[in-house]
Amino acid sequence: MTGMQIVFLINAAVTVIAGVMMVTVKRLMHAAMWLILTLFGVAVVFGLLEASFFAIVQVVVYIGAIAILLVFAIMLTRDAVDDSFLQNHRWVLTALIGAVALSGLLLAIFTWPQSALFTAPLADAQRDVGEMGLSLLDPQGYLIPFEVSSILLLAALIGAVHVGISRREEER
Amino acid sequence: MSFFADPITFISNWLNSLLTNWGVPPGWAQFILFILGAGALSLGAMVFTIFLIWLERKLGGRFQDRIGPNRVGPWGIFQTIADMLKIFTKEYITPWGSDPVLFNLAPVLAMAAVLAVWAVIPLSSTVYGSNIQIGVLYILAVGALGELGVILAGFASNNKYALLGGFRVVAMLISYEVPMALTLLVPVMLTGSMGLNDITSAQRVWFIWQAPVAALVFFIASIAENSRAPFDLIEADSEIVAGFNIEYSGLKFGMFYVADFLHAFTAALIFASVFLGGWRGPGAELYPALGFLYLLIKTAIVYFITISIRFSLPRLRVDQVMAFNWKYLTPLALVSLLVTALVDKSLPAGQGWLRLGGLLLANLVIFVVADRLVSIYHRRKNQERRVVSGPRPIAVTLREKPAEPVEVES
Repeated sequence: MTGMQIVFLINAAVTVIAGVMMVTVKRLMHAAMWLILTLFGVAVVFGLLEASFFAIVQVVVYIGAIAILLVFAIMLTRDAVDDSFLQNHRWVLTALIGAVALSGLLLAIFTWPQSALFTAPLADAQRDVGEMGLSLLDPQGYLIPFEVSSILLLAALIGAVHVGISRREEER
Repeated sequence: MSFFADPITFISNWLNSLLTNWGVPPGWAQFILFILGAGALSLGAMVFTIFLIWLERKLGGRFQDRIGPNRVGPWGIFQTIADMLKIFTKEYITPWGSDPVLFNLAPVLAMAAVLAVWAVIPLSSTVYGSNIQIGVLYILAVGALGELGVILAGFASNNKYALLGGFRVVAMLISYEVPMALTLLVPVMLTGSMGLNDITSAQRVWFIWQAPVAALVFFIASIAENSRAPFDLIEADSEIVAGFNIEYSGLKFGMFYVADFLHAFTAALIFASVFLGGWRGPGAELYPALGFLYLLIKTAIVYFITISIRFSLPRLRVDQVMAFNWKYLTPLALVSLLVTALVDKSLPAGQGWLRLGGLLLANLVIFVVADRLVSIYHRRKNQERRVVSGPRPIAVTLREKPAEPVEVES
């Protein structure tokens, strides 16, 4: 067993345990903390795959922005410190949907012929972040998904501004 | 390579050969060296903070026409050590109703977030922690962990003031990350790489000459990220007692304190590396120790400016801090990013001085236009302002005649 494998196994165990803890703890704030640990574990997986850009972006976007937003939202709820009951009421249904989605994803990956290529080590050119940027804006590459997601984000931004402005005018 | 030209590499090579002679496999020897290096770097940074705290208090005293620490040792230089020993002996108090795990995790996160930045900063041409491809993004990611520490401290303390302080400070930190990330993209564009090593080595001419607007916005945003005056929402004795760390005592409070002072220096270090050429200077590549000295001098200058701003400007209100970020800094950063991209690509490549002149000129134009726009905006705003009512004092002194009671029609 190499050092990388040991690190991977420890990280996988931490990530999975953190994920389970996230949905089973009774305190919402602790659930958010376990979620952050899970996201961090995913970032470590990206790092082990030599995708350092994704590892850092995972931390910047998910921990730096989304998790902090979640923590903000949780603090504004009344149940933030209440640990007398389980917070997720419909956990059976959620677990079922999650299991179906996960098994479908795994099936799709294992039947995909290119999945064998994933284990090959990366060439030096592939580690360059600039290559990824070029392929994101290449019409032959991922230009359309990139632009669609930007339009989605822009729409969300405009919607948020609209909601904020109209509410302030009602108060006057 | 002699010891005096490059001491750190010399010691590292010597240790490596020593370990290999002892029969340690090369992989493990490298691993042990990495751990030793990381330990030495973080320990060095923390011990350096003892000096930084004294320096800042002394300089702050001078700025405010005081003497500063002057009792323990010559010029009070051992004052911080005395303070440190005192803080070691203090009792840890975990308040009733707090969240013990998160309460203890918060200072660790705050400290780690600052120390982790040192891992990617090239201290000289040969000495750096890790030459990752995405050093700039890494700095932003690590800053996010610091915000997490602050908000956890605010929540876990079970104290309203701490919660309010944590809320408003994290709102400010998240906001100022936007112009910070945007302006960090300008050196990335000029270099063509996100690694801090590449950015430093690419600065044959310092980037502050090619992107002064970005440098200014980054400097302001980094002061705000450090939540220092004039952006010190983090502590407001008259509003939220002491802010997010009100319930902390002893060494746990000390960790926030040390993280704060070290963050100020680290921000100066990042600025010096990204915009002032880092270790670059005459003879720095031949003698890396000289490069370290250059970096230290540049950082000290930026640090001095930071401290002088901290001790001479009054503090801003919450809404002023937010308005300043979203109405001035972020648009300025966006314009600077766009203009740099356009000018840089439209000028012919290979002609270094032409590019430099074009970028400098474009930045000056941005400065002038931004200045005109802001003054026009403020003139209009002042014209719109009208007096709604006179002053209505709640309490009047007894010597003055009490205000006439207002007649109310009944």
